[in-house]
Formats: sequence, structure tokens, C-alpha cells
Amino acid sequence: MRPWQALPVTSENLIGVPRHVPPLVLVTGPEQVLADRAVASVLTQLRVTFPQLDVVRLDAATYTPGDVIAHAAPSLFGEDKAIVVADVDEAGDELQGDLLALLAVGLEPGSTLIVRHKGGNRGRKVLDAMTGAGARVLEAPAIKTDRDKTDFATHEFRAAGRRATAGAISALIEAVGSNVAELASACQQLIADTTGVIDEAVVTTYHGGKVVATGFRVADATLAGNASEALRLLRHAIAAGVDPVPIVAVLAQQLRQLVRVGNAGRGRSVDIARDLGLAPWQVDKANRLLPGWSAEGLGRSIQALAAADAEVKGGGRDAVFAVERAILTITDERQPR
Amino acid sequence: MSVWRDVVGQEPALAVLQRAVTDPAALTQTWLFTGPPGSGRSIVARAFAAALECPDGGCGDCHECRTAYDGTHADVDLVSTEGLFINVKQTRSLVELAARRPSVGRWRVIIIEDADRLNDHSGNALLKAVEEPTSRTVWMLCAPSLEDVLVTIRSRARHVRLRTPPPEAVAELLVRRDGVDPSVAINAARAAQSHVGFARRLATDEGARIRRRDTLRLATSIHGVGDAVDAAADLVKIADEEKERSLDDRNRAETQRLLETLGADPGARTQPPHVRAQLNALEKEQRTRATRVGRDVIDRALTDLTSMYRDALVRHTGSGRPLVNEDHVAAVDHLAAIMTSEQLLGCMETIGVARERIDANVAPLLALEAMALDLRLPR
Ligand SMILES: [Zn+2]
Repeated sequence: MRPWQALPVTSENLIGVPRHVPPLVLVTGPEQVLADRAVASVLTQLRVTFPQLDVVRLDAATYTPGDVIAHAAPSLFGEDKAIVVADVDEAGDELQGDLLALLAVGLEPGSTLIVRHKGGNRGRKVLDAMTGAGARVLEAPAIKTDRDKTDFATHEFRAAGRRATAGAISALIEAVGSNVAELASACQQLIADTTGVIDEAVVTTYHGGKVVATGFRVADATLAGNASEALRLLRHAIAAGVDPVPIVAVLAQQLRQLVRVGNAGRGRSVDIARDLGLAPWQVDKANRLLPGWSAEGLGRSIQALAAADAEVKGGGRDAVFAVERAILTITDERQPR
Repeated sequence: MSVWRDVVGQEPALAVLQRAVTDPAALTQTWLFTGPPGSGRSIVARAFAAALECPDGGCGDCHECRTAYDGTHADVDLVSTEGLFINVKQTRSLVELAARRPSVGRWRVIIIEDADRLNDHSGNALLKAVEEPTSRTVWMLCAPSLEDVLVTIRSRARHVRLRTPPPEAVAELLVRRDGVDPSVAINAARAAQSHVGFARRLATDEGARIRRRDTLRLATSIHGVGDAVDAAADLVKIADEEKERSLDDRNRAETQRLLETLGADPGARTQPPHVRAQLNALEKEQRTRATRVGRDVIDRALTDLTSMYRDALVRHTGSGRPLVNEDHVAAVDHLAAIMTSEQLLGCMETIGVARERIDANVAPLLALEAMALDLRLPR
């Protein structure tokens, strides 16, 4: 089970459980979206047991020495408390010292300490002390590859009881996949704003205007050898004020995928995808395009694109012309089937 | 004279500077140090500053020497920039500073570590102060070469040219200062092409040696288009690891030095507020530095890669000159056997193009892919 699949909480598994969450919870890993959810789900579970839960949020950057101790001290009214400490991987000596001191004496009944740690060695002592004291560990691993993102988005829809087509998911990742937080909120928006099966057309309606999506359309036309369509889309995008830089970036990424998939040899898409850190649909897409391409042609296309990127970064009016020329070079390299 | 102990292979320059220290009445007040990366421009300038402040002309051990050398002396200011240019605002405040008498030392010394980053505006703001310095102020400007410095500035400064130290001198320093085994030291010094910092890292850090080996291996392993794309990805990955590592080391050393400067106990669990504030400021600075370091690291990997082709060319000449990559002779010989001199030169050129492109902000992976495609071995 992927870590985020354990996170959503439904009301059924909460009712009538005296204390579902141990007093210590550790959320580790760099993925902000997953860590936020982990904390939210822990707080939701705690509120079942402690409806009047008082949540205190502290973080490393603005920490005042003694705060952890002060908040953890037994209060006059005996409120139930959750102390959430963020960025312990950036914690200074005071915060680490205070946490260690608190862990040494233990928490008041009704109190919960939730510590977030993105990774690295700083704050390691706190981590060790927490796990040593039996903390529940929730993971928020990086969602990096397109494969991770595909899994993530697929699960988002499934968890909401919705079905999304493979085409919809690939379009969504092309449009907003570069930022996981944006991907998560795009999924939630589609869940909230649409009904029925989510397909590619639905996604395009919501996210088709995105710069990156434009880049993908230009790249698709280019790699299919359709020069006039690619140039039309490019000019249209430039006229609409789109920067050529991300368009070049997407083209480079697509060429790279063609080379890598072409180089991977025969095999099941899922296996190749796993080896290359791609999503299976990306492998399938590359395999559909590859018959028109030779390795040498792809190589020359990459070189043309690198030269174009240099001209684009140099600025000036020639930037668009440079991209147009690269597109023509690339479409020429593709052999008709 | 031990404040000069970390200065390697710069005897001609040292003679000039030591003479200047012994006759303060005749001291030139604006100096320009030039030399290739790794020649130790900033080390020479700081040692010179220390020698000027030291009552014994640079003993290397007194308080004046130590603080001037590490940049914490009240009257010695080290200026460097993480940005592309030193701006006018920065230079104006330097000019103001230069007008003040030294507070505790004999001289007020201002060291500009990257004088090549002065542009027309900021250079002009500096001009008058550099031309007619206040009687107790000494300017030391550092840059890779004379051509990198504004004509107006360099015509007003006394120029000291530093050279790339011979690898033997660098090796000697590694043995003496860092306790490195002599045979390891000379290989590291050659491999680092006499860059003291890199040589030290190669001699003392197994990971750095592995990353260099992986980089060099690319010269003999790219056959097809797929290999080229993979090689570029490998280079980016190697550079990322190197970046992490070198930032880690440097940041830790800086933090340590700051704590010592502030008289704080590095082992203390809790630092007082003024120390904390300074630590936070330092950490912020360290984060903004990461991007520039990333580029430097790729640049270094490309220098390593270029040296393989240059070594193969040395083989073609049959001159018997020592190789940069004495520890990778087999690969060098293989390259020399399968490529003509023209092809080797072409490879060096293509690496140069990639370097320029990355410098001009081309996506590093794309620039390296184009390069790797040109580095494919002849069939
Ligand atoms: Zn001294």
C-alpha cells in the first residue's frame, strides 16, 4: 500500500474508539502535501476522542525557547492538547533540546505531540527519542517521478469514489504535474466540480489553457512530424503571451523519453516504466511515436533543441524564431511511416 | 613568515609582498591580485592583510594574524558577492568604510574577492577611493585575469600575478598540512589540476574520488544515442551529490567559525539570542548560495572530463609529460588509440560549448545531452 492510501479517515473507523492515536506521532518525509494530510488526519482522529482538542502549532523558524515545555505543562483547566511542531529537520539547538527534555519526562495524559521532519540528519536525536518512546511513524515520501504522480492522482479519484480514464490522468499530469500541491488541488477541484467519469476532455476544459499543456500540444505535434500544426500552436501560444522557455523544456523532456524508451528494448510497459521512473502511459505513448524515429534522428533533434534553448535564453526577438527552426529540424528528422 | 604557510607555489609574488610588508612607509595602497581559479587569490590577499596587521610582519600565530586571515579582524573587510554583480550601493558603503581610520590595527584593509564583478556603475563609484586612498587604507582586489577588471580600476592598482601552482607544491602542502600520504597527494594534486581545495577533497574524501572516477568513465563509455542521454543524466546526478557534499562541509565549517568568532560554545544546547540571530542569517546566506555552487560543480566535472581528452592529446605528442589522470592511464590510452588529434580537440571544444551554454542558463541536462551526443566514440 502506498503511504498516502493509509491516510484518509472515514467516520466508520473512528466511532467509539477511546484513544486511537498514541501520544507521540512522527511524520517523516519531504512531501508537504502528504505530511499536511497526515497531520490533518491525526488531528481528526484525536478530535473523536478529545472533542475540545486545543491545537498548538510551532515551527523551527519562529521558535521561542521554552515554548514546547510551556505548552506541554499541565494547565489549570486540563485541556486536551495537540502540539504540532513543524520543520524539526531545521530545528535549532533550543527546539531540539526542549523536545528532548519533554520526551524525557513524558507527556501529560490528554496531550499529543506531533513532530514533522522532512529529512536529513539535523534533529535526528529527536527522531530517535520519539521512535524509541514508541511514536507512531507516518511517512510522507517524495512524489517525484511521473509514475508516483500517476499513482497519487489515480488514488485521489478512487478515494473519492470517482473514476478517471488513463487519458485524463496523463493530461492532468502534463498540465499541473510539476507541482504536487497543485496536482492535489487540481484533483480535488475536478472531484468537486464535475460528475461522472473524468476523461481527457474534462481535464482539458479545466486545465487546457495552462502553459505546460500548451508545451505538450506543441511537442505532440512536433514529435508526430506535423510541422504546420506545431508551428500554428507555437505561434498561437506566443501571441497569447506564453514564454517559449517551458515549451522548449517540454520538447526536451519528450525527446528524452523517446530515447530512453527506445533504448529500453522490448518488454511490458509496466516493467519498462518502473525501470525508467516513468508512468506506463508515458511508455505507451513513446512506443506509439517511436516507429517514426531513428536513434540518430532523435540525437540530432536534441542537439537542435539545445542550440535553440541557448538562443532563447539569450533573449531578444530571435527567441521565437529559434524555437520555430528547432521544430522544423525535428519534424524533418521524423521519417514518414 | 608562517602566515604565508597556506600559500602554495607563488614564490615570485611572495617576494614582492614580503618586501612591501617590511617597508610600510613605501606601501602601495591599491593592489590587484589575478590568477586562475585555485591559484589562491583570496588566500594570498588575506595572508597579506594579516602580515600588514601583525606586529611581527606575519607571524601567523598572534591574534592579529589569525583574525585578519579568517576575516574577523575589525579592520579587515572581506567583500564577495553571490550575485552576478557588485552593486553601487555595496561599493558606496565600502567607500565610506575606506574613509575611516583603522580602529585597532595599523591598516584598514578592504579585500574585494571578486573584483571581476564590478560593473561600470559600481566600478566608477569606487574609482576615487581607489585612486587616492585615505592614508591608512589598503585595497586588495582579486580577479581571475586582468581582462576581467575594468580598465579604469586596473590602471590604478599595483598588479600581482599569481600562477597555477606546480602539482608538486600542492602535494607538499597536502602532506604537510593535512597529513596526506605523499603518493596519494601527488595524484590528487595532478587530478585537481593544482586546485588546492579540490586536491584536498580528492585526497581525503573517498566519495569525491568515486564521483570523479564516474565522471571520467563517461569519456570511454558513450557509444549510442541512448548512452549519451544516460551519461548526461549521470553527470547531473554526480554533480548533485558533489554539491550536497561540498555544501555540507562548507556550511558546517562556516557555522563552526561563526560560533568561535562570537565566542559561543559550539557544543552548547542553547545559544543566546544574538548568536541565534547571526546563525539564522548565515543559514539564509548558505541557502542562496546553493544555486551558484551547483553550477560550479558541473563546471568542475566538465573540467575533469576535458582533462581526459587533453591527456590523450599529450599521449599523441609522445612528450612523456605527466598526465592529469595518472590514475586512469588505461582509459587515456584507449582514447588516444581510437581517436585522432582532431577528434580529441573536437571533444574538448564540445565540452566548452556545453559549459558556455550552462553559463548562459540553458537547462543543464539538455546542454549536457547535446554534449554527450558529440562525445560518442568513433565506431
Ligand atoms: Zn602575527
